[in-house]
Amino acid sequence: MTATTLAPAEGTTTPAIARRRSVSAGIPTRRLLKVELRKMFNTRSGMWLMCSIAALAVLATTAVMVFASDADLTYDNFASAIGFPMVVILPIIATLSVTSEWSQRSGLTTFTLVPHRGRVITAKLIVTVAVGVAAMVVSLGIGALGNLLGASIAGIDPVWDISASQMLTITLATVLNMLIGFMLGVLIRNSAGAIVAYFVYNFVLPPLSMLLATSQSWWRDLQPWMDFNFTQGFLFQGELTARQWSQLGVTGLVWLVVPLAIGLFLVRRSEVK
Amino acid sequence: MITVESLTRKYGDHVAVDNISFTARPGRVTGFLGPNGAGKSTTMRVMVGLTPPTSGSATIEGKRFVDLPNPGREVGVLLDASAQHAGRTGREILTIAAMTMGLPSSSVDRMLERVSLTPTEAGRRVRNYSLGMRQRLGIATALIGDPHVLILDEPANGLDPAGIRWMRDLLRGYANAGGTVLLSSHLLHEIEVIADDIVVIGNGRIVAQGTKDELLAAAGTVVRTAEPVALAEALTHGGVEFTTSDDGALRTAADPAHVGQLARDAGCALTELKSADGAGLEEMFLELTADTQREGAAA
Repeated sequence: MTATTLAPAEGTTTPAIARRRSVSAGIPTRRLLKVELRKMFNTRSGMWLMCSIAALAVLATTAVMVFASDADLTYDNFASAIGFPMVVILPIIATLSVTSEWSQRSGLTTFTLVPHRGRVITAKLIVTVAVGVAAMVVSLGIGALGNLLGASIAGIDPVWDISASQMLTITLATVLNMLIGFMLGVLIRNSAGAIVAYFVYNFVLPPLSMLLATSQSWWRDLQPWMDFNFTQGFLFQGELTARQWSQLGVTGLVWLVVPLAIGLFLVRRSEVK
Repeated sequence: MITVESLTRKYGDHVAVDNISFTARPGRVTGFLGPNGAGKSTTMRVMVGLTPPTSGSATIEGKRFVDLPNPGREVGVLLDASAQHAGRTGREILTIAAMTMGLPSSSVDRMLERVSLTPTEAGRRVRNYSLGMRQRLGIATALIGDPHVLILDEPANGLDPAGIRWMRDLLRGYANAGGTVLLSSHLLHEIEVIADDIVVIGNGRIVAQGTKDELLAAAGTVVRTAEPVALAEALTHGGVEFTTSDDGALRTAADPAHVGQLARDAGCALTELKSADGAGLEEMFLELTADTQREGAAA
């Protein structure tokens, strides 16, 4: 619309809304990231999941201090005590950030305010990765404090047994776990279904695979190339060999990247009812 | 202005919206009227880019909705007041919308006040909201970007009579200020009271559209006379079809001016001549949608 210049005297009959036709600027990605981060934690479930992470982290750290022998008061033990609840619960938050748009039907508003689902989902993906990294920084930080405190209470020298490269691989493992939650959310688009799938994926299938490997030699040979959970385990065991990296890559491709790609394709086509 | 051109949306073999065209003009309230399942919501979903059309187009000021840089600042949308995250507070839902559009947080308080949600209510989670409160929150989300086009699907649902009155005044004010308002309803009375233009849809097709006055006029004429036989002859001679009511009045689809002229030419004195708008839009609506409605007699 072209701007019309009308004398103020005509203001009484000039449609105010039609006149105020300033073409608005687009929505920058930075703003979308801020919005999606806020949406992750401003729901009741988001809030309680956060609270439970904090509570479990405190409980776990205290448990290490109280129950662990002096020899077990190591940085690794403190960091994993704090990291474990995050690794279990944060992927659920990642899942819900996607599924709630469908299950809670908030997508009706989200996708009309930003009618580009790809942009919204990408923002959610970036936020998911960022939260995974931040969670690891926090747990490594609090772990360090716990280690110092625990060591000084026990009157021993603190043991720093996580190398910088290990910190990176552990962080990668956390991010991968977040992405698994995200992938299941994108693929299933139903909160209850995706969370059940997440627990099956992460806590039911791995023991079954282990069980199979102990009794069946053919699976024992195949496992490093087929079992994503098994290959993620490498990330906690120090430096990875080139062979291990490629095994992680192959399993990650099959169990994470391909389903994520299918999910992203479906998300853009599925109707938000 | 909203322009819908030859819009069709199919789901498999089912045709939800069948080649419809209409415009909603600025400065006017356009009522989108139809029975449940007629295709109103599907049409509105296509307008806001949630559902791709099978063919045809829907544009806002000539642009497709998905091409609007910041849609919330130009088009206020309320499709379903229940489609809000039950675990968020009303204030948070409005805050996210304001953030997405790039509005200051002060706009949230102003808007909550405008839709009469108290700070206590706004602090509660939507799970505990009544439908009326959700509706107010949804309207707040639609209005907060100060858009010049409003697309509202059944906005009066769940509002109490005072709320409906408030909504009516609000939409009227918006249209009077030059905004374009499109609202759907299956509540005939609501549309009749507020709309300037009406689009009636049944089974995915538009069955009637025009200004409210035109549509009411098109509902026809009721005429009475002391000499019904002479009048009937005059009407038949003039090519006007009519029916005779039990009370002796003749009803016809022709407009009153034409009927009066025929009567005068026949020298037939009338005792009554009026538009058949007494029954209102409801009769017209039921009549127009009778053969396309689910409840209708065998079509």
